Amino acid sequence: MQYPPTIRIIRVPCTGKVDLLHILRCFEKGADGVYVVGCMEGDCRFKTGNLRAKKRVYQAKEILEKVGVGGDRVEMFNLSSGEGPKFAQIATEMTQRIKALGPNPIKGKLIKKAA
Amino acid sequence: MIVASKKPIEEIIQSVQGSKRLLIVGCNECVTVCEAGGKKEVGILASALRMYFMNQGKEMTIDEVTLERQCDKEYLEEIKHMVPNYDTILSLACGVGVQFMAEMYKDKPVLPGVNTTFMGATLERGVWGERCAGCGQCILAKTAAVCPVARCAKRLFNGPCGGSTKGKCEINPNTDCAWQLIIDRLKALGRLDDYDELMPIKDWSKDRAGGPRIVVREDIRL
Repeated sequence: MQYPPTIRIIRVPCTGKVDLLHILRCFEKGADGVYVVGCMEGDCRFKTGNLRAKKRVYQAKEILEKVGVGGDRVEMFNLSSGEGPKFAQIATEMTQRIKALGPNPIKGKLIKKAA
Repeated sequence: MIVASKKPIEEIIQSVQGSKRLLIVGCNECVTVCEAGGKKEVGILASALRMYFMNQGKEMTIDEVTLERQCDKEYLEEIKHMVPNYDTILSLACGVGVQFMAEMYKDKPVLPGVNTTFMGATLERGVWGERCAGCGQCILAKTAAVCPVARCAKRLFNGPCGGSTKGKCEINPNTDCAWQLIIDRLKALGRLDDYDELMPIKDWSKDRAGGPRIVVREDIRL
């Protein structure tokens, strides 16, 4: 199983831990794309963690679209822990999507490093 | 709590356009609970604005601070040393906080970041409903703790009107008829006889009709 070396994995105990602010800060610091990989809907050990994450990803999409960074740069995926090949496929898909979109437009315009 | 909703980011961008040094001030009270103007919302808005202005190539300092309350001078004074460093303050508190901030920092433009809407409660996650209109003369004892001023579209004191259908108000099928709720609750409490009692005309001078209000408590005033 292989996936592109373009992604950096940040582990969280549950996607419910991922906050909207975490996603926005990534872009503020120059990330070209962010995707959240959670368990299958209905299979969350904490019941609604992945559903909360999904909402936050949509909130991030909306904000990024409005500030001119682009809502397509962020996405939510669901898969079970046994689906390694699908994980690799998602990584490839997302890498292709971000490459097509080009770099984060605020990169290079960073006036002040995010606090 | 005082319930507010976030202003659209486009509107905020428009209002802070002329600023070079912006301080976004959150409030730890009501607007934190209704997720419109707490520390987290301040962070999200600040991040979004930074990205927007960076993308525009505009140099702009955007900093964040969240106060315990913005409706008390003691807490507003906590940012006294910071305020001179900024040309604009964007307050995510309710309309009270925005105005009180402006009264304290007279030479600083203070902008609102939320739309203050009503006094209400959390009905479920992400849903808030109006419960009190601050009419100045509470009649909940007579209406089985359901307020016709805040919850009846017509503010009827002897309801319901003819627009009440299957427990819902004619203005919106999702809005409960306050008088249906009152009657149901009086029935449940075994007080349905109280419904026969006609309510006297309300003294609206204690509401907004009497102009801006003030509460003075001489017994505790220093």
